Amino acid sequence: MNPQGLMDGLVAGTTIGLGAVGITLTYSILRFSNFAHGELISWGAYFALCVAALLGAAFGFLTTPIGPFSFGWVLPIAAIAAVALNAVLALIVDALLFSRLRARNSTVIIMVMASFGAALTLRNLLEFAFTGKPQYYTSALQIAIRLGGGIRATPDQLLALVVAVAVVGGVHLLLTRTAIGRSMRAVSENPQLADLAGVNVRQVIRIVWVLGAGLAAVAGVMAGLLIQIRPEMGLDLLLPLFAAAILGGIGSVPGAMLAGLIIGISEALAVAAVGAQWRAGVSFVILIAVLLVRPRGLFGRPE
Amino acid sequence: MTTSAALTTRGLVAGYERGLPIVRGVDFTLSGPELVAILGPNGAGKSTFVKAIAGLVPIHEGTVMLGGVDATSVPPHEKIRHGLAFVPQTENVFATLSIADNLRLAADILPKAGRARQIDRVCGMFPDLADRSGRRAGALSGGQRQMLAIARALIVEPVVLILDEPSAGLSPKVVGEVFARLGEVKRSGVAIILVEQNIKAALAVADRAVILVEGQVRHEGAAAGLADDPLVAELYLGARRERTMTPA
Repeated sequence: MNPQGLMDGLVAGTTIGLGAVGITLTYSILRFSNFAHGELISWGAYFALCVAALLGAAFGFLTTPIGPFSFGWVLPIAAIAAVALNAVLALIVDALLFSRLRARNSTVIIMVMASFGAALTLRNLLEFAFTGKPQYYTSALQIAIRLGGGIRATPDQLLALVVAVAVVGGVHLLLTRTAIGRSMRAVSENPQLADLAGVNVRQVIRIVWVLGAGLAAVAGVMAGLLIQIRPEMGLDLLLPLFAAAILGGIGSVPGAMLAGLIIGISEALAVAAVGAQWRAGVSFVILIAVLLVRPRGLFGRPE
Repeated sequence: MTTSAALTTRGLVAGYERGLPIVRGVDFTLSGPELVAILGPNGAGKSTFVKAIAGLVPIHEGTVMLGGVDATSVPPHEKIRHGLAFVPQTENVFATLSIADNLRLAADILPKAGRARQIDRVCGMFPDLADRSGRRAGALSGGQRQMLAIARALIVEPVVLILDEPSAGLSPKVVGEVFARLGEVKRSGVAIILVEQNIKAALAVADRAVILVEGQVRHEGAAAGLADDPLVAELYLGARRERTMTPA
């Protein structure tokens, strides 16, 4: 096994894992596959790009790179703003589309089709506003650090790993140690019983949108920082995201993150072994294999 | 000075579809800490009646008053704050959550300072649950699940506790244990509505009984002696005969 491939896979897997956590949360509580989740990743990246550009224009000193990283303080601040803006966007989409369908007791397939429509709309709005031309948070070049064992990584990549682990750890603690988390797990298992137990299910649904969109924004910023920002970046991630959510087990936050890393590493190894054109096929193979062999994934609860 | 009843329904018409009411004009009053059994043949509308009170089935006409407050349109998650706790017939615990988390979830609607005290109080009433608090609720037996469901409902110190067929799927011995606990709960000051198919077991613990037939109250009175009253058989068998004779 190529150790550098492992590192590259881990880095790619962090973005997939963060996105998959959002997918698994929204799926387990809203009970449909939200195919617009990829677009939330793209929008998060573009929100951060806009805020960073505005901040950079107003306060030039914030663009000076922080320590070994390629970006200045504009990006962390813009990322926080992007999390908030993305959450607002998700709530608007829910209010305009999904909540109306829920009120009509629409079937799962209608919700899924609506999410396809939302994805198309959101993606095309980005293309309309920003064109398809790739954009970047920074043009600064980074030198990879030797980590030993033939592995190299840039400071930005290492930071992405740390941020992803911290964010997923935080979400896991939120779900397992807080009243909000208990309510979310209760709604995920039995919405009607949760309602009877005093849980405001509508409020929980709003929290899930905010959380999922916030995680998508973080994933988008990381993808934009490590690769590039394009309107299709979320679409390109969609298959790995769903593969990771299903491999990890629907509803399992650590499972989604671990599965994201597994898929990232598998893709990197496949690229090294059979060529980059087969990268997308890896997620597809994993998705089918999991559905056939262990549909509840690594950490999912049995039906 | 007038005191409000714990629960009152007036002219309650309810059902899943507007043109097809299952509950048809039920007047019902629960005055204080008493145990009232809602009985009736299959399809009489017993479960629909209590689900409508809890807010799970649409109410088309009539009112539901909780402690003198109109709660007809109050959503289920708010009704518990008005003192109404409902234990469904099936899937009445969160199987993937631990026993402790089931109880904490119920306590989350209380002020923070009182939560631990309420959980301790309920664990004192159900010591078996306290001993297994870290265990997943899904791993419990049917009787233990029913006890947990009742314990969860009691965390908020409800004024009215509604149980929808708690004996379903339980052995007679376990039914006896569950119903014995209901007597203790009533003595602690909670008014209980018990929907049951198991007439004898329900009447043995109930103070009062209401018999519903085809969504309407056909009999209301003391539970004592009702088990052997020919009226019960008449209402049950009569309903069956009427249904058999009704052309399809």
